[in-house]
Amino acid sequence: MGFLWYWIVAVMLAAYVVLDGFDLGVGILYPFLARTEADRRAMMRSIGPVWDGNEVWLIAGGGTLFFAFPLVYASAFSGFYLPLMIVLWLLIMRGASIELRMRIESPVWRTFFDGLFFVSSALLAIFLGAALANVIRGVPLGPDNYFFLPLWTNWRAGPAPGILDWYTVIGGLVALIALAVHGALYTVLKAPAALEQRARVVVAPLSLALTALTIVSLVATIIVRPATLARYQTVPALFVIPALVIASLVAIQWCTRRGRALAAFGASSLFLVVMLVGAAAGLYPSLLPSSTDGTRDLTIANSISGPESLRVGLVWWSIGMTLALGYVVTNYRIMRGKVSADGGGYGH
Amino acid sequence: MDAALLHRMHFAFTVTFHYLFPQLTMGLALLIVVLKVVAFRTGRAQYDDSARFWARIFAVNFLLGVVTGIPMEFQFGTNWSEFSRRAGGVIGQPLAMEGIFSFFLESTFLGLFLFGEGRLSRLAHLGTAVMVWLGSWISGFFIIVTDAWMQHPVAYHLLPNGSYEVGSFWGLMLNPWAWIQYAHNMSGAVITAAFVMAATGAFYLLDRRHTAYGELFLRVGVIAGVVSCALQIFPTGDLHGRLVAKYQPAAMAGMEGLFRSEKGAPIVLMGQPNEETQQIENPIRVNRVLSYLIYGTATAEVEGLDHFPHDQWPTALPLLYYSYHIMAGLGTWFVLLMGVSAFLLWRGRLYTTRWILWPILLSFPLPYIANTAGWMTAEIGRQPWLIYGLMRTDQGYSTHVSAGNSLFTLLGFLGMYSVLSVLWVVIVYRAIDEGPRAIPAGHEPEHGAPDPGVPVPPLDPVHA
Repeated sequence: MGFLWYWIVAVMLAAYVVLDGFDLGVGILYPFLARTEADRRAMMRSIGPVWDGNEVWLIAGGGTLFFAFPLVYASAFSGFYLPLMIVLWLLIMRGASIELRMRIESPVWRTFFDGLFFVSSALLAIFLGAALANVIRGVPLGPDNYFFLPLWTNWRAGPAPGILDWYTVIGGLVALIALAVHGALYTVLKAPAALEQRARVVVAPLSLALTALTIVSLVATIIVRPATLARYQTVPALFVIPALVIASLVAIQWCTRRGRALAAFGASSLFLVVMLVGAAAGLYPSLLPSSTDGTRDLTIANSISGPESLRVGLVWWSIGMTLALGYVVTNYRIMRGKVSADGGGYGH
Repeated sequence: MDAALLHRMHFAFTVTFHYLFPQLTMGLALLIVVLKVVAFRTGRAQYDDSARFWARIFAVNFLLGVVTGIPMEFQFGTNWSEFSRRAGGVIGQPLAMEGIFSFFLESTFLGLFLFGEGRLSRLAHLGTAVMVWLGSWISGFFIIVTDAWMQHPVAYHLLPNGSYEVGSFWGLMLNPWAWIQYAHNMSGAVITAAFVMAATGAFYLLDRRHTAYGELFLRVGVIAGVVSCALQIFPTGDLHGRLVAKYQPAAMAGMEGLFRSEKGAPIVLMGQPNEETQQIENPIRVNRVLSYLIYGTATAEVEGLDHFPHDQWPTALPLLYYSYHIMAGLGTWFVLLMGVSAFLLWRGRLYTTRWILWPILLSFPLPYIANTAGWMTAEIGRQPWLIYGLMRTDQGYSTHVSAGNSLFTLLGFLGMYSVLSVLWVVIVYRAIDEGPRAIPAGHEPEHGAPDPGVPVPPLDPVHA
């Protein structure tokens, strides 16, 4: 049961990263790709009907973590207090910028929300990447299972780290570039011709940078948390994960060059998924490892909910997610195809 | 400053601000369905125009509800970690169900409702409005189930590590407290939407523009208002009061300002509670009414605060007393105002009677205050308990998050929400100022709602 819920939570968060990832990526590239008001509208329209639904995966995944592993939810959320609050503020600013931009016809109003959209999207990507890196590096869990991390201390990934240190900053940069690539590939799929071309051009340099950063981050992970490598060595089948990471990076380049936009987008989705699965597999069965004392790790065994909660949870979760997948697929089907180049269409 | 108090203020402020938006959108979702159904059955374009107009206001409020709602789920973990650790196995369940059963539904169908009118058939578009309404009311239900469990914990087991798990799923979902609170809360949401709609109508009539729509908004608002205001008091308010009297008698005594147990207890209409002297100052009382309301007999004994150990008294007694009295006082005003308005509507004089249009216009903020005061009554009345009878509030907050950090983020939210308030006022006022756009039947916008930024000439005959 614990194994199942561990992966249910991991899959929901992976779905969040893949789906909200592309609209965050659109935000990261927004000031660089969109040159005219028509471009800006096209980029906004491409994510307008879906960004809110994409964010629901974070809320639903968070809620699932809450009830399946209450101790992890309690410990991680209070320990990562400051960065989470910053993430909340960024989510508020970003949602407001997407939806309020078109409400008033004024260059000042629009430029303000354009800037806000870019800044909040880029910072969210960095914070989400840094958050994952914090989990991988581990936190100084006390005997009562709690901890509290300042935003930064001495920038070392030692026993008393801050949210930001050299390792988590690498994690943030990987996320920033990975989501930029993901967003560029989505723009290639959805945008009208001129914009599509500009998005296509940035894929190659960005994905090269991503390849370099990914390799750096894998090496850094082995340095910061040698236990992940040990775990991979005990279950050699797991080495398929880094192989898939490399394969997906190659596929992004290859498919883009061949003009196979959908396949390229699939490859960058695969990249995000296998990076997350690789992290989850490296940590399993811990959800939140300790940076000081391995016996204090928050694991499936010491943080799982009661058996009755989990049993009924599985019933409604299955029903609810089947329905939810139905809505999500319907929405993407109805909104499929490129957004129109003219000012009409979706109200952004 | 005291960390426990700051964590409470953090949640109290953010949830109070958040609920300004869902109370309107939950009520408005229902009224938009009503407008769409009338439009569908009669083919009258005015009702479709009105639905489109309110959909624009709905969209802004929905967005603000979403972005201010995400911090609520996070704050259980960030500011109330010990509570989350112990209660997450139970309340995490309805919270996760809200995301899975409601938010996916809402986010999908809201997009289709707002932007799919040209792509969908009339019936299918009405269907998307119904789905948005269902989604928002399902969402409200799961939140109420969560709160109801904290008010009246049922169907749980205590585990050896001090945490709780669900003992019976249906017991949790069918918690009687949840259903009564839900009915009371949802009719409160309809009141907010009805008052906002009626006030907009009154504004148009008094301002002599968009008058045809003004009359329509008044009609729908007043009919919805009179029904929901009546339901708010009876049966939902009455049942809720009895529930509090039965399960949280100390809260009831605090709400009523009843310091001493009495037979034939009076109801206090006005007056200021003094905790030192344990008296109501400057009281206006009606004898025996409280006993009658709770027990159905005027001579029944009602337990006063003296019946309970002092450490189980509601911790913010005067605030509880005032919240309850403001809610009940405004509720009475709503019934009166909507009753008279409905009478005038029936006699065909509502649209021209200025002495009723003015109070309808000026009353639009009051349901927001009443709904807020109602929630304050529920949540302050629950004190000193976080989970009634099981866990005290001062045991639940995140002890590792210092008072300084809590104040830092509270100030951050204060700043951010001030900005959102200003944006909200500007955008909603502009939408109301601009008014509905008349679009003849059969000429619905091709791809959905026209760009709000593009001016469309008003076709309203009175205005033109």
